[in-house]
Amino acid sequence: MAPFSTPERKSPAPTRREIELSKIIREALEPVIFSEYYPRSMIDIFIEVLESDGGTRCAGITAASLALADAGIPLRDLVAACAVGKVNGQIVVDLNDEEDKEGEADMPVAYIPALDSLSLLQMDGMLTEQEFLEALKLAKNACLKIYELQRQTLKQKYWEAKEAVAAENQEKE
Amino acid sequence: MSITSQTEPIAKIKSKQIMELLNVGKRLDGRSPNEHRQLKIDVDVVKKAEGSAMVSLGNTKVLVGIKVETGPPYSDTPNQGVITVNSELLPLAHEVFEPGPPDENSIELARVVDRGIRGSKALDLEKLVLIPGKLVYVLFVDIYVLNHDGNLVDASEYATIAALANTKLPVVEISEDGEAKATGEFKPLKIQDCPISVTLAKIGDTLVVDPLLDEERTASAKITITVNKDGNICAIQKSGTGTLTIDEIVKAQQMAREKAAEIRKMIPGWVS
Repeated sequence: MAPFSTPERKSPAPTRREIELSKIIREALEPVIFSEYYPRSMIDIFIEVLESDGGTRCAGITAASLALADAGIPLRDLVAACAVGKVNGQIVVDLNDEEDKEGEADMPVAYIPALDSLSLLQMDGMLTEQEFLEALKLAKNACLKIYELQRQTLKQKYWEAKEAVAAENQEKE
Repeated sequence: MSITSQTEPIAKIKSKQIMELLNVGKRLDGRSPNEHRQLKIDVDVVKKAEGSAMVSLGNTKVLVGIKVETGPPYSDTPNQGVITVNSELLPLAHEVFEPGPPDENSIELARVVDRGIRGSKALDLEKLVLIPGKLVYVLFVDIYVLNHDGNLVDASEYATIAALANTKLPVVEISEDGEAKATGEFKPLKIQDCPISVTLAKIGDTLVVDPLLDEERTASAKITITVNKDGNICAIQKSGTGTLTIDEIVKAQQMAREKAAEIRKMIPGWVS
């Protein structure tokens, strides 16, 4: 995290929070990577938080899975992540910093559509069983929306490349 | 960046044995999938500490000591006491543990325990204030893992809550000019909730509670669910490189809720 990303300057050295987040982000992404294709090698993923306003780990996972796809690394699917939580007694999606601090619960979730399962699930705060089940359902839907955006973004790049090539060919003719 | 510590691989024949046993609903040590190991909790084992507890969960052994000091509060919570949780994976606990700064597993362990205590509001932090904005009680919870045979999170969580329930606070007198002085007397620290964590490992398609070390190594993922006295969920952490389906998570939280109620009865000093 950049020193200027938080209200109070953060030392650039990794904190305990960041070390834990790195671990769970790695574990959220690992299930989609065909790591058996890469024996004796390592994939380094670097996530820099430039401005923090809640949901940094989810944004990090969403971006990192796109970056992996962009790097041409074979993936089972993209990973989409989003937080759900409880603010003023209401279950809400994608909490910002203020909602996270003032709210009653925060639950980051990462979802892999192809496997129909979650690769990240954390929660702090307090939820009843009913609220938890509702939050889980909301989180999945939110992740599916983000997943659609991820796919569009990835396709967009190739559409643009295709158009550029087509334009070039036309010029030649 | 995370410091990934080395993990010891498990023999394939052992993994296979664990899987095959689970197919007929059995486990290496003869337990059923939703049975925990023998739990033993002793409190006040270190007299120099203001609170302490030793927990054995099968062969897993964890000692928690609590030291209480006074100090300034955090600037963003001027009217709350401070609690910090640290954990040490001692080299004597397992051959893969090395001396040195805590690795990601050690940090995760302490943070998951911390989250359960905070989420359930087990401690009324506002009652730990001596001079608002200036002086508060600072509680240091140190988790010492003495032997590692799986499920460190639960053993540490039980030891922490048992130690907190049996902690005594030094009585501090504030003189007119704002000086704080310990009177040498102690008063009990009251806990208002008793969060209990339950860890489940996903082995194949089966969920087992309180995994052994060999089961943890065979499992694709683990999930820790902390439940408070009213049966509400106050912390969750999924770990491991596998995934969990929503059905599995729903089942896990049901199992955790039942198990937690059973274990809460065994925490000394907790009266609901």
